[in-house]
Amino acid sequence: MYHKSTSYKAFTIFNYTFMILISLLCLIPLVHILAVSFSGKAAASANLVKLWPVDFTLDAYVKTIANENFIRSIWVTLQRTVLGTFISMAVVILAAYPLSKESSSFKRRNIYTWYFVFTMLFSGGLVPFYILVRNLDMLNTLWVLIIPGAVSVWNMILLLNFFRGIPKEMEEAALIDGAGHFRTLISVYLPISMPALATLSLFALVGHWNSWFDGLLFMTDHTNYPLATYLQTVIVQQDFSKVSVRPEDLENISQRTVKAAQIFIGMAPILLVYPFLQRFFVKGIVLGAVKE
Amino acid sequence: MCMKQTVPLNKESVSSRGKPEAPVRRRSKWKKTISLDIMLLPALILTFIFSYIPMAGLIMAFQNYKPALGMTGSAWVGFDHFEFLFSIPENVQVIWNTVIIAGLKMVANLVVPFIFALLLNEIRKMYFKKVVQTIVYMPHFLSWVIVGGILIDLLAQNGGLVNQALTGLLGIDPIFFLGDGNWFRFVVVASDVWKEFGFNTIVFLAALAGINPALYEAAEVDGAGRWQQTWAITIPSLIPITIVVGTLALGNILNGGFDQIFNLYNALVYDKGDIIDTFVYRYGIIGGKFSFSTAVGLFKSIVSFVLIVIAYRLAYKLANYRIF
Repeated sequence: MYHKSTSYKAFTIFNYTFMILISLLCLIPLVHILAVSFSGKAAASANLVKLWPVDFTLDAYVKTIANENFIRSIWVTLQRTVLGTFISMAVVILAAYPLSKESSSFKRRNIYTWYFVFTMLFSGGLVPFYILVRNLDMLNTLWVLIIPGAVSVWNMILLLNFFRGIPKEMEEAALIDGAGHFRTLISVYLPISMPALATLSLFALVGHWNSWFDGLLFMTDHTNYPLATYLQTVIVQQDFSKVSVRPEDLENISQRTVKAAQIFIGMAPILLVYPFLQRFFVKGIVLGAVKE
Repeated sequence: MCMKQTVPLNKESVSSRGKPEAPVRRRSKWKKTISLDIMLLPALILTFIFSYIPMAGLIMAFQNYKPALGMTGSAWVGFDHFEFLFSIPENVQVIWNTVIIAGLKMVANLVVPFIFALLLNEIRKMYFKKVVQTIVYMPHFLSWVIVGGILIDLLAQNGGLVNQALTGLLGIDPIFFLGDGNWFRFVVVASDVWKEFGFNTIVFLAALAGINPALYEAAEVDGAGRWQQTWAITIPSLIPITIVVGTLALGNILNGGFDQIFNLYNALVYDKGDIIDTFVYRYGIIGGKFSFSTAVGLFKSIVSFVLIVIAYRLAYKLANYRIF
């Protein structure tokens, strides 16, 4: 009935307008950066660019691609993202399966679970972690971006909750047919967990692409910087001393349009996988948060 | 949190007593679970190395750690670093900054998504709703490096888009957003809400989707308007999840958001914008004061640990929530 009241109609008009404004608020910063990146150098530094490119040019992108530091950092990021996602998923899957068992059939389960959960509650903090990695001689290696973060306890919990939703009868059937736990995991659990695995992989992927602090912390040699760390140094800190640039390139890198182009390239892959991500993450969150 | 599983120890020992095949069954049972232990091995080892060894490294907080001497050779200083932390007003200010920034974020990140979820729930055109959701969830996935880079451009004092709009529309002088302490705190909270409010809405929308439509139908029959329905049905059904989100956030009161602050702050705003994590990074990693910054980190870890445990207990008590 309320749908027909005048006040509710007025509210509806307000509400739709409000939603449009909020959506614009989320989009405008990105549109502005995109517009700057396609604008002419002079127009950008004179602050003439708003939401549409002025003096359209691809100059900023040409300069960005010509910058070997930038290209090298993308290569580092690609390696860490592919290897890191793969290794992290392998470790998490292997751990989530045993932990999804009832403690009646796997007695040590509770001890193991607390062993992992405790690391979510308490940590040694930044400095001991840094000293450990240094003592392990892992500074400036690709592995330092992959191995220390491979065990994601949060992903483990999400996946073990998902595994628990799989009917016991399927596992029992596999065991009766003579399959061991490894076979059961690979032939029974993994095929039916594909949506959950895809979600977690995408999260790991985005996490690796976005991760910048480990690069800053553990790479003393700037040529090993992943893309996010490179962007942090050049665009946020505006520190060019750590990135070897020829003097004639310095102006190009500090140019506003080039910065915008680099920011846009830095977020483009996220925007690309985002539609796939969105399809899954709502399910994933509810899956982890609500349990019967 | 609480895993109330009864381990059927007694039952098993009783049933196996006096039966000749019991040892055999035991062994086959062990055989069955040993492969489970093997599966866990990689995660166990990695966690031991990268989580538990650094915890042991916390003893540095009570030493005067010198890299050349190592942990066994460095001198013990007891609680000196902790005393130093609390005796210098600038250090205590960092703790306050953290609590203020984290507290403001906590409130804002509860209120804004709550209201937004209520409003979004009134949108009846599903296509429109989906588009809005797609747009507002998106910033969550951008890293603070990207958002920081965008904000630095947008908020620039001379010619940033925001200041241009303020000068053009309101005719006020450009604001030094990232160079003035109070404005900095405002920017930190506002940009955190900008980035996360959409994503934080998801959990409320899930709760709204779970409300029994019969309740609304009954209210309709009784002649309740939408406003009355919201007060009597919608908001009360959101209370449990709000309590959960709110209490769990308590555990983060010493997390001001390192990624965000580090990508936005500068020496001009250290007095109001420096938080524990950025302080530890600057003193420990850049300044090389390993032991002191470890002590600061340890203080944070202990307080956070206590708060998280209390928060989960509360969430369990108040709203029957547990993570597994």
